[in-house]
Amino acid sequence: MSGPGPGPGPGPGEPGSEPPGGKRRPHGMLKLYYGLPDPAGEARGGLAPGGDPGGPTDINGAHFDPEVFLTKLRKECSLAQLMDCETDMVKQIRALDSDMQTLVYENYNKFISATDTIRKMKNDFKKMEDEMDCLAANMAVITEFSARISSTLQDQHEQITKLSGVHTLLRKLQFLFELPARLTKCVELEAYGQAVRYYSKARSILHQYQHMPSFQGIQDDCQKIMANLAQKLREKFRDGGSGAKDLAECVELLLQLDEPAEELCDEFLSHARCRLEAELEALEAELGQPGGAPITDILEFIDRGCNIFVSNMCLVIASYQELFVSREGVQGITRMAQDKLVAFVNSLMETYFSLVERRIQLEKGVGDNSLLVRALDRFHRRLQALAKLLPASNVAAEGTEIVVRAAKERIRQYLLALQSFYQDCLTDVRQSLAAPRLAGKESPNLAELLGTISASVLNQIKSVLTYVHLFTAKDITFSNKPYFKGEFCSQGVREGLIVGFIKSICQTARQFCETTGDKGGSTPPALLLLLSRLCLDYETSTISYILTLTDEQFLVQDHSPITPVTSLCADAREAAQRLLNHYVKVQGLIISQMLRKSVETRDWVNTIEPRNVRAVMKRVVEDTTSIDVQVGLLYEEGVRKAQSSDSSKRTFSVYSSSRQQSRYAPSYTPSAPLDTNLLSNIQKLFSERIDIFSPVEFNKVSVLTGIIKISLKTFLECVRLRTFGRYGLQQIQVDCYYLQLYLWRFVCDENLVHFLLDEIVGSTAHRCLDPVPMEQSVIEVICERG
Amino acid sequence: MEDDAPVIYGLEFQARALTPQIAETDAIRFLVGTQSLKYDNQIHIIDFDDENNIINKNVLIHQAGEIWHISASPADKGVLATCYNKTSDSKVMTCAAVWRMPKELESGSHESPDDSSSNTQTLELLCHLDNTAHGNMACVIWEPMGDGKKLISLADNHLLLWDLQESSSNAVLSNSAALEGKGQLKFTSGRWSPHHNCTQVATANDTAIRGWDTRSMRQIYYIENAHGQLVRDLDFNPNKQYYLASCGDDCKVKFWDTRNVTEPVKTLEEHSHWVWNVRYNHSHDQLVLSGSSDSRIILSNMVSISSEPFGHLVDDDELSDQEDHHQEEKTKEPLQDSIIATYEEHEDSVYAVEWSSADPWLFASLSYDGRLVINRVPRALKYHILL
Repeated sequence: MSGPGPGPGPGPGEPGSEPPGGKRRPHGMLKLYYGLPDPAGEARGGLAPGGDPGGPTDINGAHFDPEVFLTKLRKECSLAQLMDCETDMVKQIRALDSDMQTLVYENYNKFISATDTIRKMKNDFKKMEDEMDCLAANMAVITEFSARISSTLQDQHEQITKLSGVHTLLRKLQFLFELPARLTKCVELEAYGQAVRYYSKARSILHQYQHMPSFQGIQDDCQKIMANLAQKLREKFRDGGSGAKDLAECVELLLQLDEPAEELCDEFLSHARCRLEAELEALEAELGQPGGAPITDILEFIDRGCNIFVSNMCLVIASYQELFVSREGVQGITRMAQDKLVAFVNSLMETYFSLVERRIQLEKGVGDNSLLVRALDRFHRRLQALAKLLPASNVAAEGTEIVVRAAKERIRQYLLALQSFYQDCLTDVRQSLAAPRLAGKESPNLAELLGTISASVLNQIKSVLTYVHLFTAKDITFSNKPYFKGEFCSQGVREGLIVGFIKSICQTARQFCETTGDKGGSTPPALLLLLSRLCLDYETSTISYILTLTDEQFLVQDHSPITPVTSLCADAREAAQRLLNHYVKVQGLIISQMLRKSVETRDWVNTIEPRNVRAVMKRVVEDTTSIDVQVGLLYEEGVRKAQSSDSSKRTFSVYSSSRQQSRYAPSYTPSAPLDTNLLSNIQKLFSERIDIFSPVEFNKVSVLTGIIKISLKTFLECVRLRTFGRYGLQQIQVDCYYLQLYLWRFVCDENLVHFLLDEIVGSTAHRCLDPVPMEQSVIEVICERG
Repeated sequence: MEDDAPVIYGLEFQARALTPQIAETDAIRFLVGTQSLKYDNQIHIIDFDDENNIINKNVLIHQAGEIWHISASPADKGVLATCYNKTSDSKVMTCAAVWRMPKELESGSHESPDDSSSNTQTLELLCHLDNTAHGNMACVIWEPMGDGKKLISLADNHLLLWDLQESSSNAVLSNSAALEGKGQLKFTSGRWSPHHNCTQVATANDTAIRGWDTRSMRQIYYIENAHGQLVRDLDFNPNKQYYLASCGDDCKVKFWDTRNVTEPVKTLEEHSHWVWNVRYNHSHDQLVLSGSSDSRIILSNMVSISSEPFGHLVDDDELSDQEDHHQEEKTKEPLQDSIIATYEEHEDSVYAVEWSSADPWLFASLSYDGRLVINRVPRALKYHILL
C-alpha cells in the first residue's frame, strides 16, 4: 500500500480500524449513496492506491470490484504492505460498524417522539370543533332579537324625520322673511360682512323661487338693499383712505356680491396710477429745466425715486396681488388681474425708466463716478425687490439694460475725456515749445516735456481705470451680471476704452503727418519729434504696462476676441516711425528751402569772386547743430561708421563727376572732351544707391543723416538747373568745403556727405561757362576765416 | 525673359530733353536733346528695332545752345521745337525755336551710319518763337491732334499761343495770358489737353496747377497747393477728359478730377525724391509712368481710376458664347491699383520718361548722365490687359 496518513480503508471484514475523520465518513457514505458529491470521500478516493477514483479499485467508489482490488493488491504490494493493509481495513470495518449502530439508535428515538406528538394533536382538535358549534348557535339567536327590535321602532323613526324636515324648512322661510329687515339693520350697523353673508346664503333660494310673488318681493327688497350696500362699499373703496385691511375687506365683499372683477381691478389701478404719476411728476421736476443743470445730484435723485416711487409701486403691487391675484377664485379672474397688473407696472416703470435715463444722461462730469455707481446700484437693487414681487414683468431686465447702457455711455465719455486730455496735453506742449522762443530764452527741455506728458497721460489712464473699476466692485449688485463680468471688462474697458485710446493716440500721430505735409508745417517740428519718442516709448513699454494693468484689474472671463498687445505695439511703432520720418522731412525741407532760395535767386554767371562763405551755409550748419541738440535730447546717439581722422581735410576733385563716359553704352568712341576721373566713376559704380526720403532709424545719427541727405540733394538738383560763371563755381566750392567741415560729424557715414558734396561741385563745374576751380588752399583759408 | 531686358544707350553729354516722335506711328523713335555748355549740342534720333532689340541712332547738331526741352510736332515727322539756353555777354537766356530735320532722317530708315557721317547733319531752323518781351521759355507744347500749326509756349509768367504760318517759317503770337500775383511767378511746365477740341491747357507754377481755355485765354480751374512743393510735371488722361496727373517735389504723384479740385482722386507716394515726370500710356490709361531724381522709374497700374476700371470689356458676341466664363470674370473684378515695376537702370536723376508713340508697351527714360533706357511693360501684365 502506498501513501501515509489516511490511506484507503482496509479490506472488508476486518473491523476495528478507526481512521481519523471516521466520524464524518458515514455521512459521506450516505451522501454518496444518494448521489451527492462528497468532497471528503473524493479526497480520500484521490489517494486510493489504484489512483482510480470511482474505478473498480476504489474501495469507496460505487463501482468497487473486490476481485479486481484484491488481484491488484496482490500483484503490486509486498507482504508487509499487505499485512499493514489488512490491519487498516479491519480497523476501518470496525469503525463503520459502530457508526451504523449509533445512527440506527439516534433515528429510532426521533421517530418515537414524532409519533407521540401527532397523537396529542388529534385530541386537541376534537375539543375545538365542539366549541365552534356552540358559538354559531349563539350568534343566530342574537340576530333574531335585533331584527325584532328594529321592526318595532320603525314607525316612530319616520315620523321624527318628517317633523324635523318641516322644522328646518320653516326656519329657512322665517330667515327669508326676516332677511330684508336684517340686512337693513346690518347696513345701519355697518356690519357689511354679516349682510353679505346673509344675502349670499339666501340668494340662490330666492333665485330659485322667484316666480312666486311673495319670494319675488323679498328678492326685490334684498336686491335693493344689497345694491345700496354695494354702492356704499364702492364709495369706501374709491375713497382709498381706509387702510389696506379695510380695502381688502371691501374688495372681498364686492367680489362676493358678483361685482365684475375687471372693473374693480381697473378702478384700483387707476387710483394707484393717479398717485404714482403725481410722484413721477415730482421726480421729473427735479430733472430741472432742459439744458439746465439738474437740481439734485444723481444719488439723491435715484434715492428719491426709489424711496417714493418704487416703494409705493411695491406697496401697490403687493396689495393688488393680495386682493385680486392670490385669491382663490376663478382661474380666469386671476389671470386677467395679473395681466392688468403687469401692463400697469410696465407702463409706469417705462415712464420712470425714461426719467432715470434722462437723469443719467445729464451725468457728464468725467471725474469721480462713485456717486453714479452708487446711484445705479441702488436703482438696480430696488428693482430687484420689485421684480421679485412681480416676476412676470420685465422691469429687472430693463433695469439691468439701463445700467448697462449707462456703463457703456460712461466708458464712451471716459474715452472722449482721455482723448481731450491728450489733446490738451499736446496743446500745452505746443505752447511751451512756442513760448520760450518768443521770450528768447533757451528752448525748453524736450525730455522734461516728454516726461510730463507721458506721466500725466498715464496717471489719467490709471485714474479712469479706477473710476471704471467701481462698476465691477463686489458690493455692487449688478457687478455679477454676465455683462459686467464679461463684455464690460473685455469689450468695454479693454477694447473700448484702453485700446481705443491707444489707437487714438496713434491716429492723432498719423494725422500730424498727413495734415502738415501739404500745408507746410503748422506743427512745430519739435512736437513731431516728441510725439515720435512718445509713441516709441508706448511701443517698448507703456502699452504692455497699461494692458497688463487693465487685465489685472478686470479679470476677463469673456472669450470674445481682443486686440493683442503686439498689434497695438506695431501700430505705435508705425506711428513713431511715421512721425520721425515726417520730422526728418519737415526739417530737411526747412533747410532745403533756404538752400534752394539761395541758389535760385542769385545770378551765378555775374557773381563776384568769393571772399566769404555765404551766410546761408552758416545758417544751415547752425540749424543742423540745433536739430542735433534737439534730437539728442530724446534719442540715443546711434551707430556711426568708422571715421577717418582727416575728415575735414579732404579736397574736392572738381571734375570727379564728369562722367562723360557712357559705361553701358554700345562702345561708340566717346568724344570725351573733359578729364575723366575714372576712380570716382568706379566709386560711384559700387556705391550704394542713396534713398533720399527714406525711413530713418530711431537714433540721432540716422535722423540727422536723413535731414542732411535731403538738404544736399536739393542743393544738387538746384545747382543743376542753373548756369555758373567762374566765380559762381568758386563760391560753390567754398560753400561745399564749409559744409564738409561741419556736417560730417552729424551723419552715420561721412562718405555720404562727401559723395553728395562731390556731386554738387562736379555738377556745378559742368554747368560752368568758365570752369576754373579755386585753389584748395585759398578755399581753406576762406573757410577757416569765416 | 530675354527680350524683356532693358536696352541701354549712352550719350556723351548730359541730357534732360526727351520726346517720342509723335507723328510717327509705325517705328519706335525718340528724340533726345543734350546739354553741354562747351560743345555743340546734339539731337539724337534714336530708332529702336523691336524685333532685333537694336538701337540705331542719328545725330543732328543743334548749334543754338543746350537743350532744356524738346517736343515733336504731332503732324509732321520732320518738325520739332526746342527750348535752349543762349549765352551771350554773361547773360543766359532761354529761347525757343521750331526746327526741321533733314528729310532722310525723318523716317530714319537707312543703315546705322558710321561716326564720320553722323556728325555732319544739321537742323534747319524754321522760325524763332520771339520771347524778348516775355522772358525765359520753360517749354513748348504742340496742339495735340492738330495740324502742327498751333503751339503754346510758357515763358516765365506768360502763356503764349502761337500760329505757325507760311509752312512754319513764321510764328505769329496769336494770343497770350499772364499770371498776376505777388512775387516772381514762373511757369514750370504745361500740358495741352487732347479733349474738348483741344481748347484746354494745364500749367504748373510753384505748388499750383491752373487750367486755361485757349479760346479766351482765361483761367478755368485752379488747384491751389496741388503739391506740398513745386509741381514738376502734368499729364492728361488720354481717355478720360477730366482726369489729370501731376507730380512734384513732395515725392508724390497725384491724380485729379478737374471738376472737383479740392482733393486729389488718388495719391501715390512711392518715390524717395522729387518726381520730375509723369506720363499716361496713350492707349491704356491705367498704365502710368513716373520718373524721379531718386534715379528710379515706377510703372503703376491705376486700374481704379482708369477708363477701364473693370478690365477689358468682353464683347457681346463672346458673352453669349461664354456666359459662364463671363460670370467668372465678373466676380474677380474690380482690379486693384498696384505698382507694377520699379526700374533701376539709371544711376543719376531721371528727368524724362516718355511712352513710345508707336508701341504702347514700350517706353524710354533719360537720366542726367546721358543714359537712355528703353523698357517694356512686363509681358504678363500686357496679356492680362489685352485678354
